[in-house]
Amino acid sequence: MPHSVSPQSTQTQDAPMANTQPENGATEDIKMEDGEAATETKRTVNLDDMFGDGDSDDEYSSSAPVVKDEIPSSPPVPAPVSRNASNSDTEVMRAFYQRLCPFRYLFQWLNHSPVPTADFMHREFAFTVPRGADDVYLRYQSFLTADLLRKQCVQMVPSRFEIGPQYTTDPRERKTLRKASAFRPIKKELVFDIDMTDYDDIRACCKGASICHKCWTFITMAIKVVDKALREDFGFELILWVYSGRRGAHAWVCDKKAREMDDTRRRAIAGYLELLKGGDKSGKKVNIKRPLHPHLTRSLNLLSSHFQEDVLISQDPWASEDKAAHLLSLIPDLKLREALQKKWDSSPGRASISKWGDIDKSAESGVSASLDKKALLNAKQDIVLEYTYPRLDAEVSKKLIHLLKSPFCVHPGTGRICVPIDTRKLEEFDPFSVPTVTQCLGEIDSWEGGDETEGRTINDWEKTSLKEYIDYFRSFVAEVIKEEGRGKRERGDDDDMEF
Amino acid sequence: MLRSDNRIDPKRRAHLSHKKRQFADSEFKQQHYEHRLNFYELPPTTEISLEEFEEWAISRLKVLSELEACSFRNRSPEETTSYMSSILEKHLPLHSNSSRSSTLQDERRKDHYSHFILRLAFSSTPDLRQRFARLETMLFRLRFKEDDTREKQAFVKSLNFDWEEMSKEEKEELAKDLLATTPGIRNVDEEGWFKVDWEQVPELVEQRRVLLRRGRAYVPQREQMSLVLAEFTKRLDSALELTSRALPRLDEDDRLKPILEHLSTNFTAPDVAYSSADGDIAGMSVPTAANIDTLSQHFPLCMQNLHQTLRANSHLKHLGRLQYTLFLKGIGLSLEECIIFWRRSFKLITDEKFNKEYRYNVRHAYGDVGGDANRRGRGYTPYSCQRILTEPLPGPGQSHGCPYRTFAPDNLISLLQKVGVSDRELLRGVKEDVGKQRYHIACNRVFEHAHRVEIKTVKDQGTLGAAQLDTIVHPNTYFKRSWMLKHLGEAGVKEEMMDES
Repeated sequence: MPHSVSPQSTQTQDAPMANTQPENGATEDIKMEDGEAATETKRTVNLDDMFGDGDSDDEYSSSAPVVKDEIPSSPPVPAPVSRNASNSDTEVMRAFYQRLCPFRYLFQWLNHSPVPTADFMHREFAFTVPRGADDVYLRYQSFLTADLLRKQCVQMVPSRFEIGPQYTTDPRERKTLRKASAFRPIKKELVFDIDMTDYDDIRACCKGASICHKCWTFITMAIKVVDKALREDFGFELILWVYSGRRGAHAWVCDKKAREMDDTRRRAIAGYLELLKGGDKSGKKVNIKRPLHPHLTRSLNLLSSHFQEDVLISQDPWASEDKAAHLLSLIPDLKLREALQKKWDSSPGRASISKWGDIDKSAESGVSASLDKKALLNAKQDIVLEYTYPRLDAEVSKKLIHLLKSPFCVHPGTGRICVPIDTRKLEEFDPFSVPTVTQCLGEIDSWEGGDETEGRTINDWEKTSLKEYIDYFRSFVAEVIKEEGRGKRERGDDDDMEF
Repeated sequence: MLRSDNRIDPKRRAHLSHKKRQFADSEFKQQHYEHRLNFYELPPTTEISLEEFEEWAISRLKVLSELEACSFRNRSPEETTSYMSSILEKHLPLHSNSSRSSTLQDERRKDHYSHFILRLAFSSTPDLRQRFARLETMLFRLRFKEDDTREKQAFVKSLNFDWEEMSKEEKEELAKDLLATTPGIRNVDEEGWFKVDWEQVPELVEQRRVLLRRGRAYVPQREQMSLVLAEFTKRLDSALELTSRALPRLDEDDRLKPILEHLSTNFTAPDVAYSSADGDIAGMSVPTAANIDTLSQHFPLCMQNLHQTLRANSHLKHLGRLQYTLFLKGIGLSLEECIIFWRRSFKLITDEKFNKEYRYNVRHAYGDVGGDANRRGRGYTPYSCQRILTEPLPGPGQSHGCPYRTFAPDNLISLLQKVGVSDRELLRGVKEDVGKQRYHIACNRVFEHAHRVEIKTVKDQGTLGAAQLDTIVHPNTYFKRSWMLKHLGEAGVKEEMMDES
């Protein structure tokens, strides 16, 4: 079942896209090297539009006069709306695909070998292409090589593209098969999607699409817990975490074993990691048996410190009356509940951390004779988990057939590039310092080193702040390929390697 | 017929060629069944009469369809066991060795043969294979659970699984974690553990009932059942696959073929399929986007909940939207009206966003767009209670599913009170049902209470057959019956009721 698919998708699925090209677009893209100069001018004009601030104009010698003519006294701070619009502007996106997006490494990552194999060729890609006010969603795209993928991106300029499973045959040829049942998905990385919207009922700082540093820690916590479980419990090693561009993170588990799992196994892992159940009306969201499963004990230890600082202090989740009422409803003892209610009613605006402390204090003061200490401790553990444990969009992980946005796409709303997150430096990752397309393109322009170093041409992305992320991705991909080679040698089928 | 004239007498066939004689030996050999349970590895080889062939198959089929019905009715494992015991006793008895019954071997032979006959009948299509494997596994599980512990161990032993047992040192090292995954065991020495790849026990992993370390699952002896079951399903699946490939060779046979075909066609799904007849209700004007609010008083609680959430938030998340759209489609709301309904309900979003993100889903559900299969099938069918009850539970912010299942009891009671159910006795009953996980019974209880006057009337007048007052297992049936009962005596309604009985 496609989740938000735009109306035209079926009709236009396989239709040629030629008519969407701007006049000079197509020729430029195909012979990119020759057309470089033309693109350059065109793009910089655009860049100026979005960097409306006058003081940086001098850096763009080629177009500076033009801009100055148009807006003689531009305001120092650009309006956010125009900035957003320009981030996904067609020409910017085209420049992104031409100069920044690391197709080569994406190819190697999915292909697991230097020569194109079915791993890549039978892989489904889905493109979201803006056309007018609507987006067109093209499914079942597939490519023989990285270059062809790049070419199509440059030509169609999708606002994003997604990666699906590898099928039994080339997805483009699926309709030529005699039997429809012969076309089925066989392999895909195990994926996870953590999205901030699922945290809306416990974060006090922001709502909906917006995030801040305070709530990003929820994602940090989630990554820690999931990553640890995948490595220690399931023995997976090749796990790539990717910033989703706005307010979440994706995980791609690339071990061969993980890629080959069927839906039952995927569902099992998702179920193993999923803890919070129930909608808004189901009351208590954490209902777990004791003794705690080792995975939960470990997660609880991991999360406890975060709970104190990142939840109680910085989120202050029980400040309002109805949120505090929710906390009370989670406490098992009736008398204790009443005592706390009274206490908090008499001092409105009491901080959450004090409220949390009150629970123990009141319990010790003996307001309730029949207090079950063990039940209270369990309830407190449940509360910690409810406010810190990862909230996964489990459906994405359960199905082989689900598509997920590719790493290094550009988020259309923020313009930020979906960069990998290095888990060794997880705490330092700052979603607000992730480079945007426009920033990176600007960096290329202001690059002052030559175009060559040690006898080779410097890639455009090496001139930008995207470099550290692509370097990390490249080392990850190398790891994947190495692991794949090891698996092959162990099975002893390396005949095709003898040249 | 020519063909049958040429047929060689089957009793003589094996002796015709000396080359084939080596196979002839097994032909008459009666298998000895040592264990009550059977993994159905070896096909039976002795002859049975055609009558037995058909009779035994039908017996097993009865058992399997009852078992399927239990799962559709959402019976708990205990209820299923008690319900099935009499049926099994009647159609397919299977006693343990300790019972010393004289018919022991005959019972087991019947079980063995009937399984293989149905294998033939249900291997032709992937759908049938899947369903057969699922039901056979359920039956096996049921019997495995019932089995005498000692005989069970002997049976498992006879299967020769190569499961690695944990050494004593290893056990001590992991003692704390092992105990944490198996509530009830106080000492690691009480229990033996197997070490297997976690992929062999997905069921246990999903429920966090085993310890995992770097991809290995530590399965306690008493959870052995899921290992055995996984193995059973795996082997049955591949065996069915093989059978289906061998099936064309049966084409020549004009004695067995008709029986087998008959068996597989009679294995119809008792699933409460939605029939389009549920859609048109005589006497009711065609619903439009504007009168959903009025009609919503006849909706079952799951839909009322969605409706209220929609009105309160001006939004519903995907799965809730889907569940509600299909229900509305089921009551006869046209696609155009449905789109209007959603557009008006999502007050807070722009036309552009609506067209971009929501419109397509509604059209897809109606089969207006999408793949060929979707369009030809005119979209999805409205969800039955069974479907709604077996879906994943709603997560934060979601509101799909059956409230009797997803709501905490207190919230459920307040929701019921909000929709006007306040009878104390009734609410107590609902709470009890929900506690026993009999959600649909609770729902029917509410229905019967809300319509008690009308139900009495129709019963007195005899206008309604017993079939019409059957337990409701589909939200659209709920709506239809509710609407008709409340409009008794109006033109059209009565004839409709008569027609149905």
